[in-house]
Amino acid sequence: MTAPARPEQPQRPTLRQRAVAERTVRTLVRRRVVSALMTVVVALAAIATTLPLLFILYHLASEGASAISVDFFTKLPKPVGVGGAGMANAIVGTLTLLAIACAIGLPVGIGAGLYLADFKGSRLATLVRFLADVLNGLPSIVLGIFAWEFLVRPVKHFSALAGGIALAAMMIPMVTRTTEEMVRLVPNALREAALALGYSRARTAITVVLRTATAGIVTGVLVAVARIAGETAPLMFTAFGNTFWSLRLTEPIAALPLQIFEYAKSPYDEWHQLAWAAAMVLIVVVLVISIAARFVTRGRVGGGHGD
Amino acid sequence: MSADGSAAATTAAASSDRTDGRSLGERIVGSSVGDRAYVAIITGFAVCVPLLLAFIFIEVLLAGWPALQTFGFGFLTSATWDPVHRQFGAGPAIFGTIVTSIIALIIATPLALGVAVFLSEYAPAWMRQPVGFLVDLLAAIPSVVYGLWGIFVLIPVMREHVMPFLRDTLGLGATPFFTGPMYGNSVLAASVILAIMVLPYISAVSREVLLAVPRSQREAALALGATRWEMIQKAVLPYARSGIIGGVILGLGRALGETMAVTMLIGNSHEVSASLFAPGYTMASLIANEFAEASDDLHLSALMAVGFVLLVVTLIVNAIARWLVWRVARGPKGAP
Repeated sequence: MTAPARPEQPQRPTLRQRAVAERTVRTLVRRRVVSALMTVVVALAAIATTLPLLFILYHLASEGASAISVDFFTKLPKPVGVGGAGMANAIVGTLTLLAIACAIGLPVGIGAGLYLADFKGSRLATLVRFLADVLNGLPSIVLGIFAWEFLVRPVKHFSALAGGIALAAMMIPMVTRTTEEMVRLVPNALREAALALGYSRARTAITVVLRTATAGIVTGVLVAVARIAGETAPLMFTAFGNTFWSLRLTEPIAALPLQIFEYAKSPYDEWHQLAWAAAMVLIVVVLVISIAARFVTRGRVGGGHGD
Repeated sequence: MSADGSAAATTAAASSDRTDGRSLGERIVGSSVGDRAYVAIITGFAVCVPLLLAFIFIEVLLAGWPALQTFGFGFLTSATWDPVHRQFGAGPAIFGTIVTSIIALIIATPLALGVAVFLSEYAPAWMRQPVGFLVDLLAAIPSVVYGLWGIFVLIPVMREHVMPFLRDTLGLGATPFFTGPMYGNSVLAASVILAIMVLPYISAVSREVLLAVPRSQREAALALGATRWEMIQKAVLPYARSGIIGGVILGLGRALGETMAVTMLIGNSHEVSASLFAPGYTMASLIANEFAEASDDLHLSALMAVGFVLLVVTLIVNAIARWLVWRVARGPKGAP
């Protein structure tokens, strides 16, 4: 074999061979330099991507921490200049909205997910799976105006229920798809064993399949809750916001994201501070849920398995 | 309780799950009342998903119908949005939506692809999890928090550093795209925040399809003497191409419909300007900004019609993206 990478061979290569060999060495050097350069470029891209996140977290921590106090969690919003304002009603309101969304979204999502896993080849399943993905990609503002048209306009007043339903519509496709994936991971042998013992299908699904997939489904639900907890657009024309205490489902209700939006737009520094504090609380909640979701699945069926 | 149910199960277990392509659920026909009820209930829940989507589609279409009927096709192209004289055209909002989304993708795609390549090809094992988690976290931050950060951190930086740099230092002020007063609230600021927001979606899908590229593909390239970058460029990226494009289109779908952060940063103006320093509107921010104040029926209907246009566009974009990603996830052409 002629070794083009080593031109100084004793057999006295021809001029042409030497030229080819030199070019090969030059291109090899160039190729290696390009490769090394691209390594740097790619690493820089990775750093550049994480920077905004670090900046956002830094600003949330530095701006939010100074505004946070016990009052923030226990008091109601107040006019500018009064002091001692809080967002207790918005925190409770967000929790209420999440509860409504879960009450509707969980049964529908988990049921639909079970169907998709059980009848994975059927035409309806293919359609539902595809449409769940499409629904998942719909802009949240569209769900907001839909819920307004459907639930607010006929009764002529904003309500917590309408907001919760808008959030549920966001949650359903997410829960459906994760439930399906997690239920699919349950080994068929388990199902067959249960059926062989004479369990009915319903009992197999509930006591064997769902129980085995619980950790994975809980993760999926937590991720979905973390995502809808910070949604503002679907709530603007449904839950609407409220500066007072309200737990009635047929009345407007406050929510943290709505409050952040209101205060961020306002011209007052005091309200800006409160907006930062609320954003920090929201982010901490979302982070805690996200991290919890990672730990729930560790080492169980439906997660942490690598393949 | 269900004797023939379990008998069917045994025969089903005998035949492998993959041979006839049908799942366990389809092969076992439950006979007891409980089983029938169970199947009916989960089928009912499953049917909810298409029904919900159809319902959203119809409700929004019907609500927007009066405006669509009044203005016809011109609704999409007219630049007049005048609630006082009841003239509505979504032209500027559609234009703004397209411009912000495209700029966002131009900024986000190389970065997202870079992160995905870094995580799948370069990063040492201990780094993959934490860096991947950080990038995923970008997707977990609520839109309104991006908006808040944008107003108080990004806008001042844009106004005092980025915009003068683009206009004067780079000399781009000579083009019509980087001219005019630098208020901060602008199409450019909205595009930058959008880029940060769609980045995790593009990189998550890209990373997934890059990891799906078979090892043999990489090893073959290296065995032929390729450098690491050549391997990525010539063997890995082409293989994953349509999946990556799917990821970018998925990001486009997000960018088109993103509401809160854009509403807070874009400046909300119906003027159409070539300059990225000028304020503008997107479809989503138009709805968010005017919906609560719309008292006139035609105004409301026009906003609903904008929502319907947005709905249709994102439906199409998402369907294309899902199809592309699904094609890659299914494996290479010709393989079983």
